[in-house]
Amino acid sequence: MTGGLLFLIIILIIAASVVAIIYANKKAKKLQTVSWFEKQWKKDSVKATTSSFISVFVGLLIGAIILLAMCGSVDGGLKTGLEGVQLIFFGVFNIGRNASGNLVFGWNGTSIGNVLFKAMPLILTGLSVALAFKTGLFNIGAPGQYLMGTAASLIVALSIPTTAVPAWIVWILAFLSGMLAGALWGAIPGLFKAFLNVNEVISCIMTNWIAANLVTALFDNSTGPFKNLLDPSGTKNFAYVYKTTHNGVATPSLGLDKIFPGSQVNAGIFVAIIIAIVVYIVLNKTTFGYELKACGANRDAAKYAGINEKRNILLSMAIAGGLAGAGAALYYLSGNTEFKWLTYQSLPAIGFNGIPVALLASNNPVGVIASAIFLSYLDVAGMSLKYMTTYNEYITSIISAIIVYFSAFALLIKMILEGKIKISFFQNKNINKEVEIKNKEKPKEINESNNDSDEKNIANKEAKE
Amino acid sequence: MLLKKGMVTIVENYVIEMLNITKEFPGIIANDNVTLQLKKGEIHALLGENGAGKSTLMSVLFGLYQAEKGTIKKDGVEVEIKDPNDANRLGIGMVHQHFKLVEVFSVLDNIILGAETTKYGFLRKKEARERVLALSEEYGLAVDPDALIEDITVGMQQRVEILKMLYRNNDILIFDEPTAVLTPQEIEELLQIMKNMAKSGKSILFITHKLNEILAVADRCTVLRKGKYIGTVNVKDTTKEELSEMMVGRKVEFVVPKKDRIPGNDVLIVKNMTMVSKQHKKNIVNNVSLNVREGEIVCIAGIDGNGQTEFVNGITGLDKINSGEIIFKGVDITHSKIRDRNKLGLSHIPEDRHRHGLVLDFTLADNMVLQRYFEPDFQKNGFILKDKVREYSDKLIERFDVRSGQGSKTIARSMSGGNQQKAIVARELDRDPDLLIAVQPTRGLDVGAIEFIHKQIVAQRDNGKAVLLVSLELDEVMGLSDRILVMYEGEIVGEFDPKKVTVNELGLYMSGAKRQNKESE
Repeated sequence: MTGGLLFLIIILIIAASVVAIIYANKKAKKLQTVSWFEKQWKKDSVKATTSSFISVFVGLLIGAIILLAMCGSVDGGLKTGLEGVQLIFFGVFNIGRNASGNLVFGWNGTSIGNVLFKAMPLILTGLSVALAFKTGLFNIGAPGQYLMGTAASLIVALSIPTTAVPAWIVWILAFLSGMLAGALWGAIPGLFKAFLNVNEVISCIMTNWIAANLVTALFDNSTGPFKNLLDPSGTKNFAYVYKTTHNGVATPSLGLDKIFPGSQVNAGIFVAIIIAIVVYIVLNKTTFGYELKACGANRDAAKYAGINEKRNILLSMAIAGGLAGAGAALYYLSGNTEFKWLTYQSLPAIGFNGIPVALLASNNPVGVIASAIFLSYLDVAGMSLKYMTTYNEYITSIISAIIVYFSAFALLIKMILEGKIKISFFQNKNINKEVEIKNKEKPKEINESNNDSDEKNIANKEAKE
Repeated sequence: MLLKKGMVTIVENYVIEMLNITKEFPGIIANDNVTLQLKKGEIHALLGENGAGKSTLMSVLFGLYQAEKGTIKKDGVEVEIKDPNDANRLGIGMVHQHFKLVEVFSVLDNIILGAETTKYGFLRKKEARERVLALSEEYGLAVDPDALIEDITVGMQQRVEILKMLYRNNDILIFDEPTAVLTPQEIEELLQIMKNMAKSGKSILFITHKLNEILAVADRCTVLRKGKYIGTVNVKDTTKEELSEMMVGRKVEFVVPKKDRIPGNDVLIVKNMTMVSKQHKKNIVNNVSLNVREGEIVCIAGIDGNGQTEFVNGITGLDKINSGEIIFKGVDITHSKIRDRNKLGLSHIPEDRHRHGLVLDFTLADNMVLQRYFEPDFQKNGFILKDKVREYSDKLIERFDVRSGQGSKTIARSMSGGNQQKAIVARELDRDPDLLIAVQPTRGLDVGAIEFIHKQIVAQRDNGKAVLLVSLELDEVMGLSDRILVMYEGEIVGEFDPKKVTVNELGLYMSGAKRQNKESE
């Protein structure tokens, strides 16, 4: 029952902080002063983060309700349903069942480590999508770029014998070639967009499928040029590419295996986090980032300002592709992951999942770290739901999807927090119309009123003089 | 006292009365005890500077805001307007400055949207169509109900907004700066439409800061300044000067004094520039040659769409030219990159401030360094020096009196149009250009701001810099320029000294009725 207790405590904490904020605001309003909360509240980043957390929480809550609603269809009924709710929230901390058959929660190094491990490639595909979004492009080509990165890094990691070249050099070469392959693959839609104004969504989808078939052709176990990289134990039409450990190439774990015993996590997570921070710095602090964002926000104005907007569109897609490729390289260079080529007649989900990761983080590169961890947390929690209860894996997937779906409401919640949307429960006709008008009118009005205050200040000054 | 002169004191029946309205926003009072009374069948202008509280007052009437104090009466009966639906029920309609139309819908669909006639759940478009056509006929709107919104001009889109109000049988029509987006031709037509509507018994509230338009159509005018009610005057008893003084609170100079000076060397020489049109087969710019000298304001006059935009884009590098030569300060820049042209000393106040002038989602500070962020002053090793950028932006904001919610940190999108324009003018002038190309620099600004920008442009000239001005407003053309070139269908059809030509004469050239033979000059 620890799970239930934890759940209760968290809800209490959230409720208490909401009450505290409301109370503090009211008090501040009476005293005509600005409270600490209000000061923080004015910051856009605080609102963005709060809204992300709220939407995640609402998503989890609705997932839990649906689980409960579905408990009639599984063995165990309500009891299973309640366990399911606990697992959706805290599945990662589940350490099995005790003698009396109740779920026990605590530190589960394996699950937590796996959350981080699964987050690693997601951070990078999320960054890929987020960076493209920031520059006004929709990179739906992350799966293809990811796949090309996979192929390139595996080929390099397995073809250069570590007997001749030190393993760490092979690792770096493999990582870089994965990144490069992704970058080249991303550059193709970039080229089309920049010079022929072809919508990048269309060319990205095309290049995705070209990548899928190209990689299949490369690793085909009868005709593919790299069939010797296949695991010989594989039977006909069903083969794995060797793990990179076969050639002695693997990402070091840097002691993470001690903290998270039994999990797959390794130093790759640090690489991913560092890349995210670098992307953040480049986007927000450098002239290059300024150019990229200017092109994304207003291509015409960027051109007017003398920025080479074609070059920037190309670069932005190439970097996005490189990030997705790097994600693939990190994942497969871990040494404990297998690549099964036949699977890739479809597209890797990690690539597509970059889209919700980026959206949930409002395209903030640092936020991407948190949202990627959240998505993999859901994934692992879903696994425990599948293994510990009678809910099958399909229901688990549906629940995860619903949670992700509701998490995407972050932007809406942010607008409510900013007061741009008023929620009214009593008067529900034509709300949309009103909201639309309010949204458009408000910024201007606020501004006007501010002008007025400026004018007043000026007038006062003049009067004093 | 001056202000009492035209005031209306007779007790009359008003359709709408807004009595002693006070609307506060945290910290400031946007409307301070404002009273506005609208008679049936009149055009009532609401005049004030950018940010005087006109829009706030109208938003209160339209139900977007609730006033803290004051009452609203319709036909003498007190009413409560909580939202735009209430306003609509009372017959109040509004044409917003930025239209609220569905781009991919047809005109008819946009008009009936939200007020569809249905039978058994099916749309009865035929009836709606007949009504729309009848209304269009009645007021001389000439709107094609089947055209898509995205295909028609801004002026037509505005008429669709007007039809929307008429279709809903609104009797009180609010126009929020309706002429800001229109060409002079379209403005004239709109004013005529407004007169027609007033004649047929509609009452019109007309928000504007253009005095000429008020004098042309309005019956009465209420003036607001800094949220306060200044007065209501009968338009036929007042003058432009009096109105502008009420509005700004001081005397406004309509003509900026210029120093006498003789133009120096050529700064810009354009030789035989030709540009092919993207829309039709004719050349949009056809064999244009001109020069602009130091200490001279050369103005290109013409009706919108006669190739001025493309000509300027050719000089600034936004569009490629098909043949001809552009020489700037002795350097051939015909094929130069935009950045190189800027670095040489060319500044450009663009026609479309949202499309070219600003990155709307950037802060004001980031917009202020749009062409300069890479200069050593603002970056080091590729990292932008945010403090320097902010300092610079603060300086410009103060010098050019750009008003915004949070100063340099304001997102450009949230600023009012007038202040966005001021920010662009500030940025372009502070680069101390040898050639300033200003396209419609005072579009959407109130008289005070126009005066300020005109002074800046003249100061530029007086300092020996060259200015190429493109304007549709003949007042501006006549007041500022040292030399006027008239452009018609992509060609320069005449060159004039503003002291020796009349507005009517210019009009003939602009409409293509007359043209000079260049060789004979």
